[in-house]
Amino acid sequence: MSAASDKPNTGGLPVPVTPAGASSGAPAEHPPASPAGQGMFGIHGSGDVSGFGGLVRPRQPVEETPRPYGGYFDEVRDALEEAYPAFGDAIEKVVVDRGELTLHVRPERIVEVCQVLRDDLALRFELCSSVSGVDYLGADERRLHVVYQLTSMTYRRRVRLEAAVSAEDPHLPSVTSVYPTADWQEREAYDMFGIVFDGHPNLTRILMPDDWEGHPQRKDYPLGGVPVEYKGAEIPPPDRRRSYQ
Amino acid sequence: MTTSNYATERETTEGRVFTVTGGDWDQIVSGTDPINDERIVVNMGPQHPSTHGVLRLILELEGETVREARSVIGYLHTGIEKNLEYRNWVQGTTFVTRMDYLAPLFNETAYSLAVEKLLGITDDITERATTIRVLMMELNRIASHLVWVATTAMELGAINMMLYGFREREYILDIFESVTGLRMNHAYVRPGGVAQDVPDEAIVKIHRFLKMMPKRLKEYEDLLSGQPIWIERTTNVAVLDATGCLALGVTGPVLRSAGLAWDLRKTMPYCGYETYEFDVPTHTDGDVWGRYLVRLAEIRESLKLVEQAVDRLKPGPVMVADRKIAWPAQLAIGVDGMGNSLEHVAKIMGQSMESLIHHFKLVTEGFRVPPGQVYVGIESPRGELGVHAVSDGGTRPYRVHYREPSFVNLQALPAMSEGGLIADVIAGGASLDPVMGGCDR
Repeated sequence: MSAASDKPNTGGLPVPVTPAGASSGAPAEHPPASPAGQGMFGIHGSGDVSGFGGLVRPRQPVEETPRPYGGYFDEVRDALEEAYPAFGDAIEKVVVDRGELTLHVRPERIVEVCQVLRDDLALRFELCSSVSGVDYLGADERRLHVVYQLTSMTYRRRVRLEAAVSAEDPHLPSVTSVYPTADWQEREAYDMFGIVFDGHPNLTRILMPDDWEGHPQRKDYPLGGVPVEYKGAEIPPPDRRRSYQ
Repeated sequence: MTTSNYATERETTEGRVFTVTGGDWDQIVSGTDPINDERIVVNMGPQHPSTHGVLRLILELEGETVREARSVIGYLHTGIEKNLEYRNWVQGTTFVTRMDYLAPLFNETAYSLAVEKLLGITDDITERATTIRVLMMELNRIASHLVWVATTAMELGAINMMLYGFREREYILDIFESVTGLRMNHAYVRPGGVAQDVPDEAIVKIHRFLKMMPKRLKEYEDLLSGQPIWIERTTNVAVLDATGCLALGVTGPVLRSAGLAWDLRKTMPYCGYETYEFDVPTHTDGDVWGRYLVRLAEIRESLKLVEQAVDRLKPGPVMVADRKIAWPAQLAIGVDGMGNSLEHVAKIMGQSMESLIHHFKLVTEGFRVPPGQVYVGIESPRGELGVHAVSDGGTRPYRVHYREPSFVNLQALPAMSEGGLIADVIAGGASLDPVMGGCDR
């Protein structure tokens, strides 16, 4: 925290810095108390000499799973490879973890992959259960991941697609042409993460007010909140409380 | 924003004050000529008694016919998903229970199943804990469907049905209160099991309920099923076929009323549902009438499940054996709800320093969850309730996303109501059973 010197000593609480995307009107403009994976006991940029504030938990990169995957996963991969000639180009890696199959897809190919997954007779993922975003700030250069959960009702299978884009160029094609149900879910991902789905019929905010600034579920967006007084003592907002992690 | 259509601002001694006006409503209305135009724009909600919570519908009407319908949501957004990232994994259950407030036990169970899958302890959950979860979820499903039939009947003119539906639901809430200490927002199902065991008093109440309910269901049917107004208002209204449901992602009773017997309890079982005997009711017409029949039949199936679950309850632990995950305290229900039992407090304070340290660590810091992501889907009263949980290896969720059936199903409202009468918007919207707390999260 380089900004610590020109701010008053806040006693170990995070130093106010205006986060990206939020310039006014937003709740308390402070960074998260403890960026995930860093520090302990909520100590940052203070006179702490214990060393806890400097701890950084290493993040394991997600690695490709070697074959055979087991279960129906091999079948799904084989069927997709056969039906989709550009498989090698479009699929970045295949991960099997905790009994779930994840295909990491290059963002510009996401619609094609969904189309094949939906229409191929050996795949038939008819239902797009969920579309959401995850912000891997600091762990991935393309930090914004869009996660699609597809369900095959015919074969009773699930597969997860993951497409990663950067915060500077958060564009990828919308899958609403393949799965109309993705409409609101993509709007939510846009609202919360600022991921822009090109070709979406009406990409506007859905949960936050239309004039809101910033994208609240990004990791560099603060939780906000106001201190609460109770019987003379002041309880800080949740993201500024001393934390144990 | 200095100039805004939504709110003008001025500085006062108390700080900045916003004066919120009617949004862009004036612009929309000024675009139409109410005297000479055939089309008028009607704003229904967000505070309309028939829109199930703070849902706003913008309808373009020609006479009484709806030409275009758009729903506006977000009025009940409370940032639960964001808040979860600042609490430990166990605390999460107290947040998610507040999403879909008519089905809190489903929110909790889905969340707990996801956390358990991340921890890799799915197989360690005790038999009794799983059975209690099934028992509570099925009671909750009955309560939720009762609210549906009660409110929908009221919106279509049968006010007495509302009183009966809420009367029986109250009985279920009493059962919940004696088990969890709370009527709603229980935080009862937790990662690793459930918060505490079911007391005998609740089992007695459940037996009484099981005995009473079939007769009451018969009464509802006598009241509604042959009622000409009810039949007129529901038959061939707000039709959505199976293709439409799949395209729009609609699941649950609405999908089953269109003829597809897709119920995650059968098709992708969890919590041992494959070992219970029950049927998946369907209907073929895909209209409000079909959804009514499906939901009533589902109450009957849930009664069967509750009965089987009660029979299966064998004494045993209700939390995983791993003391690094299981909540350290023995909870008990006091006069003001659920809390630490006095015996446990006496033990950790008086006899065992190690217990106190362990308790402190687990309660303040919580347990660590290995990095990774999972998706768990369960069948809530409204359809597929999915939880996508991501961990970065810490003691708090890195990201939790709820695939809320209310949110996804509500997209189908324009498809159901455009071209129909304005009165059928109410019937169609109600038949989706949206709960805005879940929809907006």
